[in-house]
Amino acid sequence: MEVLAAAETSGAHVAVLLVELGSILFVLGLLGQLAQRISFPVIPIYLLAGLAFGQGGFLALSASRDFVNVAADIGVILLLLMLGLEYSADELTASIRTQTPIGVIDGVLNAMPGAALALIAGWGVPATVALAGITWVSSSGVIAKLLADNGRLGNRETPVVLGVLVMEDLAMALYLPLLTVLLAGGGTGGIFLAISIAVATIAVVMLVATRYGHHVTTLVSAKDNESLLLGILGLTLLVAGIAEALKVSAAVGAFLVGIAVSGTVAQTAAELLTPLRDLFAAVFFVFFGLSTSPGSLPPVLLPALALAVITSVTKLATGYIAAQRVKVKRRGRWRAAVALIPRGEFSVVMAALAVAAGAEADIGPLTACYVLLTIIIGAAVQRLPDRLKPEPRRRRAPQEPTVAS
Amino acid sequence: MNIDITNRVLPGIGVCQEIDLRDGHRIGVVSRRNGLRDLIFYDEEGEGAAAAVSLSEDEANAVAEVLGAPALTFRLAVLQRHAEGLIVEQLPVPADSPYARRPLGDTQARTRTGASIVAVLRQGAAVTSPTPDFVLLPGDLVVTVGTQAAIDQVAQILDGTADSADRTPNG
Repeated sequence: MEVLAAAETSGAHVAVLLVELGSILFVLGLLGQLAQRISFPVIPIYLLAGLAFGQGGFLALSASRDFVNVAADIGVILLLLMLGLEYSADELTASIRTQTPIGVIDGVLNAMPGAALALIAGWGVPATVALAGITWVSSSGVIAKLLADNGRLGNRETPVVLGVLVMEDLAMALYLPLLTVLLAGGGTGGIFLAISIAVATIAVVMLVATRYGHHVTTLVSAKDNESLLLGILGLTLLVAGIAEALKVSAAVGAFLVGIAVSGTVAQTAAELLTPLRDLFAAVFFVFFGLSTSPGSLPPVLLPALALAVITSVTKLATGYIAAQRVKVKRRGRWRAAVALIPRGEFSVVMAALAVAAGAEADIGPLTACYVLLTIIIGAAVQRLPDRLKPEPRRRRAPQEPTVAS
Repeated sequence: MNIDITNRVLPGIGVCQEIDLRDGHRIGVVSRRNGLRDLIFYDEEGEGAAAAVSLSEDEANAVAEVLGAPALTFRLAVLQRHAEGLIVEQLPVPADSPYARRPLGDTQARTRTGASIVAVLRQGAAVTSPTPDFVLLPGDLVVTVGTQAAIDQVAQILDGTADSADRTPNG
């Protein structure tokens, strides 16, 4: 009888879990359709949905909490894995060679406002470092979508914009371990150790990827898609777990696996993993919204708005300077400038790390507002540069032969 | 004839190739890793897109074939001029052809007539250098190169009016 009763409660538990999970995903599907129709990025929509579902929101979750929790962790890992798969090691080394100065300018200009606000608010070092990172990194996902939707992929300034994103993503491979250690409260020794491990790991992975990338690739490559999917997912979770145990952060481990896998295998893996990433990343953004209570938003709205405006301006400067370096004309410089404004997945990842470590209560709601505002501002000003007067075009070859008198 | 193509790597997305046309316009093609192709028409500055269309892999192939087909005809015309006595003809595959829905190799056209089948035109698209296992369909146009006599023989084979290797008088 006891067994039966236990089975009954577990049955009820499963039922509640399925209903909760089902309603979340179903609503996300509807919202995604809406976003597609108005051609708006989905990340802010997912965040808003999470806020609506969360503590004090329209619908509080009970049974599916644990599952959503784990799914959110996997979401981060898949986000970073896909990011790594998108870049080949050669692209990364080429970017480091040519884009380092602009990467430094980008970091300094955009991390400072976040750090400044945290210092004004009297936050501790870990939360300050987190907020600096949150305002620093633009969203590769949102920006790639906006560029494609606005037909800007072929533009002269687009490689520059993508170059900035590559540098930021690479910088995160160092910044995330640093943040993880700081949040865990490790002393100077711990920080030094973690950074050393991270640098060594990245160096080894880059070396392995450029020299022996095909071996890693052979390890997971398979004739059938099913084995490839399981192989790469397994390897990624394994490395992410080990990285987490070494306090290098699971996300970084996943990112490095993505970089190490190359060629057609990377392409096939990216195709296979896209639906999984979409599912788990959606859960991650919703989870972040869920863990933020809507009541905590109004007090942080003003600081978030100020931060969004200031860091939009610093991003404008970054994009403008980056495009100017490669002699793009004025209109293209402004297009590069507005493209970089949206923040997204990395900012949320860092805020989630900070929240999980219990660093500062306000950082969650602040980041949720901030990310929403930067994406709205970014999407709103995206088409403004087109109104600028065009500069006359330099012809590569004279159009008409000049008449010699 | 020498046309410069400028390549730009787009990290994480693919590659953009840009061509300057002789009338001063500039066009570009973005090849994304996921198979999509974007066709770009640049604005008066030549740096930003005035218009961009996204093509699926199939659409891009269709456009490429439509654009490439005249080049094939042009090459055949050159061939025709250079080789005395050789002509090019497009022979239809009628609906009642004995070789409709059968592999090209079954016609044994080259062995039996000496003429070469260099391409098959189907619904406006050209399949160049078809292999023996290429299956002919009613309505296909078979582009054949050879002497007039050889081409006439191929036409008869396709029509089913030639003495066929696999249709013996007793059969």
